[in-house]
Amino acid sequence: MADLAIDPRTELNPPLVKGAEGYGDVTDQISVITEQKPPKQWYMAMGVALPLLGLLGICLTYLVSTGIGVWGNNNPVGWGWDITNFVWWIGIGHAGTLISAILFLFRQRWRTSINRAAEAMTLFAVACAAIYPLFHTGRPWRAAYWLFPIPNEYLHIWQNFRSPLMWDVFAVSTYGTVSALFWFVGLIPDLATLRDRAKSPVRRYIFGILSLGWRGSASQWRHYELAYLILAGISTPLVLSVHSIVSFDFATSVLPGWHTTIFPPYFVAGAVFSGFAMVLTLLVLVRWVYSLQNLITIKHLENMCKVMLATGTIVGFAYGTEFFIAWYSANQYERFTFMNRAFGPYAWAYWTMLLCNVVSPQFFWFKKIRTSIPAMFVLSIFINIGMWFERFVIIATSLHRDFLPASWGYFRPTWVDIGTFVGTIGLFLTLFLLFIRFLPAIAVSEVKGVLHHQISTEKGGH
Amino acid sequence: MVTSLFAKLGLPGYEVNGKQPKHFGVIGDFDTPEDLLRAIRTARAAGYTKMEAYSPFPVHGVDEALGEPRSPLGKIVMVCGLTGLALAVALQWWTGAVDYKLVIAGKPLFAVEPSVPIMFELSVLLAAFAAVLGMFHLNRLPTYYHSFFNYSRSAGASNDRFLLAVEAADPRFNADQVKNFLDSCGSRHTELVEA
Repeated sequence: MADLAIDPRTELNPPLVKGAEGYGDVTDQISVITEQKPPKQWYMAMGVALPLLGLLGICLTYLVSTGIGVWGNNNPVGWGWDITNFVWWIGIGHAGTLISAILFLFRQRWRTSINRAAEAMTLFAVACAAIYPLFHTGRPWRAAYWLFPIPNEYLHIWQNFRSPLMWDVFAVSTYGTVSALFWFVGLIPDLATLRDRAKSPVRRYIFGILSLGWRGSASQWRHYELAYLILAGISTPLVLSVHSIVSFDFATSVLPGWHTTIFPPYFVAGAVFSGFAMVLTLLVLVRWVYSLQNLITIKHLENMCKVMLATGTIVGFAYGTEFFIAWYSANQYERFTFMNRAFGPYAWAYWTMLLCNVVSPQFFWFKKIRTSIPAMFVLSIFINIGMWFERFVIIATSLHRDFLPASWGYFRPTWVDIGTFVGTIGLFLTLFLLFIRFLPAIAVSEVKGVLHHQISTEKGGH
Repeated sequence: MVTSLFAKLGLPGYEVNGKQPKHFGVIGDFDTPEDLLRAIRTARAAGYTKMEAYSPFPVHGVDEALGEPRSPLGKIVMVCGLTGLALAVALQWWTGAVDYKLVIAGKPLFAVEPSVPIMFELSVLLAAFAAVLGMFHLNRLPTYYHSFFNYSRSAGASNDRFLLAVEAADPRFNADQVKNFLDSCGSRHTELVEA
C-alpha cells in the first residue's frame, strides 16, 4: 500500500532540498565548489568574459581621452545607449533584492537556494549601471563633485535637489550600498564555515578576517536575525523606490512618451521581470556546471518562471495602457509619439520589444514549458533582449521626433557605444565568475535552516 | 587597547574581572537542534544560568530556552533612520534655500514634495548602516580571539553540530559535574575548554 499512497503534502510541496542526508552534506556540496579547481567550463566562460572586459577598458579609455562625442548621442537624441544600458542594468539588479528582501518577508522558503547568487548579481549589475552616468559626465574623476554634495573649492555651488537626476544619484548609490551590506551580512556565517574548513593557513587567515570571528552563538544569531529582518524590511521599499525614481528621470520631463504617471509601477514590474530573466539565465548554467540540481530544483526554476509570467503580463498591460491613454488624452503630440513608436522609423525596435516581452512570457502558462530547462533558458534570453529594447524604445523613440519637425533625427550607435555595452557584459560576467569561484554561491546556513524545517516536517512535527 | 580603556571606564559589557579565570567552561556536542534544546532546558532546570549555544543556523526556541532578552537593535535602527531623515531635510533646505539660492523654473527654493525621495533614501541608508554596525557592536564583531575556539570541535558549529557551553562564570560551575551532566544529556564529546 505504501508505494501506492502519495503524501498529498509532498505532492503539493516537493522538497526544496533533495539528496542531502544531513547538514554536513549541504556544507560539503557548496563549500567544495570554492575549494577545488574550477571546472573547464569556468575557464571557457572566463575566456569569453576577460576579452570583453578588456574591450570595456579600451572603450572607456578612448571615451575619456577623446570626449563623449565618440558615442552616438547627439541632438535630438541626447540620451542614447548609455542611459538605455544604465536602466537595463539597474533593472536587472532588482530581482536580487526582490528575492533577498521581499520573498524573505513573505516567508518564501524557496528563495534560500537562489538568494545569494541573485544578490551578487544585483551588486555587479549596479556596478555596471554606475559606469554609464559616471562616464557620461566625460570627466569621471570630477563626477563626485557634481553628483554628491561635497563641499569643495572648485565649484562654489550646490546641486539642484529639485531635479530628479539628483534623486536618482541618491537612490542608486543608496541601493548599491544597502545591497552590499545585505549581501555581506548574509555571507558572514558562510565565511565562518569556509574558515573552519580551510586546510591552508592562507585560506584560514583570509576567511578568518572576512568572517569577523563569527561563532554562531545563540546570542549572536539573536542580533543577526533581527539585523537581517530589518535589512529585508528596509530593502523592500528601497527596491521599489529605486526604479520608481529612475522612472522619474523621464516622467517629470515634459516630453510626450516620457511624461506619464504610469512609469513608476511599470518600471518596477519591468525591472523585476528582466532581473528574474537574468537570474534564470545565470542559474541554469551554474546549476548545470556545478551539478546543483538537488539544491536548485526544478521547483525553484518553475517559481521563477511564474514570477516572470506575472511581471511580464503587467508589463504587457502597461504597454496597452500607455497606448490607450495616448489616444484618450486627445493630445496630438502624445498620439503622434505612440503611433511613431509603433509605425515610425523605430518600428523594428518596438515590435522586437513587444514580441520578446509580451509574447514570450505567455509560454510560461504551460507547465511543460515552465519545467523544461532548454525552453525557459531560451525564453529568459528573449526577455533579457526584450527588456533592453524596452528602454531603448522609450528613450530613443520619444527623443528622436519631438515637437519641432525641423529638429527630428535618427540615433545610430557608434562602435564605442556597442563596445561599451558588450564590455559591461564582460565586467558583469567576470565579477560573477569570480564570485562563484571564491565565495559560497548558495547560502549554506539558510539552506540548512530550510533542511531543518523539512526534516522536522517529515517527522510529523510542526 | 580599546577594550582595556573601556574596562577602566566601567562601561557595561566591557568589565574585566580582577583575576582571569583559567577555564572558559565546558562544551558539549549534540547531534540535532532538538537534542540541543532538550539539553538547554534540562540545564536550566538544573540551575545553570551562564550558558551559550552554538549552531550552524539559528535554532528557534534556543533564545527562549536560554532566557535571552529581545535584541535592542530595532531601537538603534529607528534612531539612525530618523537621523537620516533629519539630515536629508537639513541638507536640501540649507543648500537650496540658504547657502545657494537659485530659482529654477519658478519653483520654491525648498518644498517638502521634491525633497521626499532624498529624505527616504537617506533614512534607509543610515538605517541600514545602523542595522549592520549595530549588529556588529552588539555581537562584538570583529572578535578575532575567543576562548570558544579552544574547543577541539568548534568547527562543528559552522557545519552540522549543535554545541552547548556551560561557562566557568556560572556560579554553580564545577568542571567535573558539568561534564557528567552534559554527557548525561547526550553530548557526543564533552571537553573542558581553556580560557
